[in-house]
Amino acid sequence: MMNNNLQFDFIADKEKNTLTVRREFLANRQLVWDCYTKSELLDQWFAPAPLTTKTKSMDFREGGHWHYAMVDPTGTEYWGYTEYLTIHPIDYYTSTDAFSNEAGDINQDMPRAEWRVSFSDKEENAVVETIVTYKSLADMEQVIEMGMEQGMQATLEKLDTLLLTLTGKSNA
Amino acid sequence: MRRDIFQAIADPTRRAIIALIALQAMTPNALAEHFDTTRQAISKHLKILTECEVVKQEHHGREILYQLELNKIKEIDQWLEQFRKIWESRYKQLDQLLLTIKKKK
Repeated sequence: MMNNNLQFDFIADKEKNTLTVRREFLANRQLVWDCYTKSELLDQWFAPAPLTTKTKSMDFREGGHWHYAMVDPTGTEYWGYTEYLTIHPIDYYTSTDAFSNEAGDINQDMPRAEWRVSFSDKEENAVVETIVTYKSLADMEQVIEMGMEQGMQATLEKLDTLLLTLTGKSNA
Repeated sequence: MRRDIFQAIADPTRRAIIALIALQAMTPNALAEHFDTTRQAISKHLKILTECEVVKQEHHGREILYQLELNKIKEIDQWLEQFRKIWESRYKQLDQLLLTIKKKK
């Protein structure tokens, strides 16, 4: 089973409206970079279970985009549109996220956040640091509420139970 | 206007008020002494905080003390915890994918 000692930091700064997530992976930096920047790989992990990811189009370059859907078990699609701002392989990229529709029109009523995703080495492993900056704390809350509406809450509890069974111990 | 925990802590003065009364219940006058602003401005913030149910009033004789509603403050941590779980779940999947790719090589 997975090594449970991998670094995982989750820091919410309620004054700066940022969320910092730092995570170590048992792979080299190039491989982890690929998993973030190639749609066929992103499709295999980006949406948290039980949602799945479906890419409509991706153009990973500065000024390019990733247009994708998260699909729930009933088949309902939640569309997202990420615009890439700066890309420095395999160190970092910055992007702006958005809720959209299947046509790729950005939903202006939903908050957008700035992402800075940095990759570094930790011995033979890679560490990814994601800093998500929201315009306000209320924006951050709205995004999370949206996630909850997508049925994640109940299923995450199921996932917890499943993980507990799989690993045979608590990760509390 | 929205009245919830997020509105309550959206303003720096309100965050400072919360920090002060977290230490001890205070009267509006005592609170106002800590700020370079009018008593009216503090009262307005206290009104919003009360409407957001982040603080509650307690009458002590002729004085009104404001104190923190701890359960309300915990709400923020509860939704952040949900967010954290989403990231954990996503990353477990990435772990699995990396493992699969490495095995193929």
